Amino acid sequence: MKYLNNIFLWVVFVLVLSSCTTVKEYQKSRINDSDMELSSRKSEKFEQAFYLYREGASGANGGKSGGGCGCN
Amino acid sequence: MKKIVLAIGLYCSFLNAGKAQLSTYYGDSTNFKKRTLKFEEINIVSGYYVQDGNNSAITGGIGTEQLTDFANSFDITFSKIDRYNRTHTFNVDFNIDRYTSASSDNIDPLTKSSASRSDVHIYPSINWSVKDDAARTTKSLGYAFSTEYDYRSHGFNGGLTFLSKDKNTEYSLKGSAYLDTYMCILPSELRPADYPSGAHRDQAGIAYKPRNTFSGSFSIAQVINQRLQVMGIIEPGYQEGMLSTPFHRVYFSNGNHTTEKLPSTKIKLPIGLRVSYFGGDKLVIRGFYRFYVDDWGMMAHTANIEIPYKISPFFSVMPFYRVNNQSAAKYFNKYGAHDPSEQYYTSDYDLSKFISEFVGVGLRMAPPGGIAHVVNWNSMELRYGYYHRSNGMVGHSVSLQIKIK
Repeated sequence: MKYLNNIFLWVVFVLVLSSCTTVKEYQKSRINDSDMELSSRKSEKFEQAFYLYREGASGANGGKSGGGCGCN
Repeated sequence: MKKIVLAIGLYCSFLNAGKAQLSTYYGDSTNFKKRTLKFEEINIVSGYYVQDGNNSAITGGIGTEQLTDFANSFDITFSKIDRYNRTHTFNVDFNIDRYTSASSDNIDPLTKSSASRSDVHIYPSINWSVKDDAARTTKSLGYAFSTEYDYRSHGFNGGLTFLSKDKNTEYSLKGSAYLDTYMCILPSELRPADYPSGAHRDQAGIAYKPRNTFSGSFSIAQVINQRLQVMGIIEPGYQEGMLSTPFHRVYFSNGNHTTEKLPSTKIKLPIGLRVSYFGGDKLVIRGFYRFYVDDWGMMAHTANIEIPYKISPFFSVMPFYRVNNQSAAKYFNKYGAHDPSEQYYTSDYDLSKFISEFVGVGLRMAPPGGIAHVVNWNSMELRYGYYHRSNGMVGHSVSLQIKIK
């Protein structure tokens, strides 16, 4: 059942992607705002490090997914 | 505070002087497009993290987990346009952490303070990327080095990003390899008679073991409309070598104890989704979800939401909440519960079943004339967060970021 939920979420994600409209460069004032960046903030750098040490799951967040830090 | 402002002001003047010198050296004619090395930005991040709990892996899943970590990072970015109009970006990042760990002191409980009572972690990295606007591609290469008392690592990474013609879709492919070496420091009572302790003057003949990590990632970022963009990322990873920590103790149900033993390989599959939505004129919603599964039997769901609210165009408040729900690795069991016949065993609570939450707030200032009227002092961000794990461990994190541009 859990796997079905995940598959459902990804199907929704793909449908959302396919329903998008073309946004021109001059229409991207909000998209280009620094808070809209699709990555972690620089100020989160050390928070990412302690997640890596203190939790078993890692990766897919733009940071390290193990290695180079004495953690696995 | 006055001294800090003065120091940053002086530093900015120095950077401006440097910029002027570079232009003079390479020429500043208006007939040519300048191809000098251009300073982009400096980011200085300082963080302080403190935690305490009662499930240390060094003492077999019981005992203090008290730890403090003071971390500092300095990264500087330069760029240059080459004769083919490609933008080369160079980034140098230097990081240094100093931590103290009460549990590490228990590797050798008879010798206060032992090899790992406190340590310094140094990890610089360099990155180079080439952005070609005509081909809509960005290629990147990087190298990272990391060293601690008992650990050394060389990391390599490369990436390729491709932007669609309408610039609304970005495909990214990355690969990385970390080649690490671990010094096998054993708990004092479990060392063979002639095995060194690992202390500064007692390392001759100590064992070193490799730990290699390889990962690849593929992501798609898509602008959905003028207010919404999303990104999906999949990042499979493979680790091999000594994945257990040699000074973690494990206590069996029959009263005997030994060091942690884990398989020599691990395959992980994290899949992530990021969403950024601009609501109204002042509110942004940043969301992140990750599903994680590995072949050690762990499955995890992680979600993060941050809602930056722009009180003014130059000042934002950013409350955030993160939750991680993970199942236990199949090799985990608590103190004194492992059966001696098991092939692999650990009492490291980082691999146990728990729910962790991290909640806090950030403040961001970016006034148009610079902070404290220092023009190049572009922005400042302060974050505080409280971390809580359902097995009782708690932590506090404070970070300060300064951007000079």
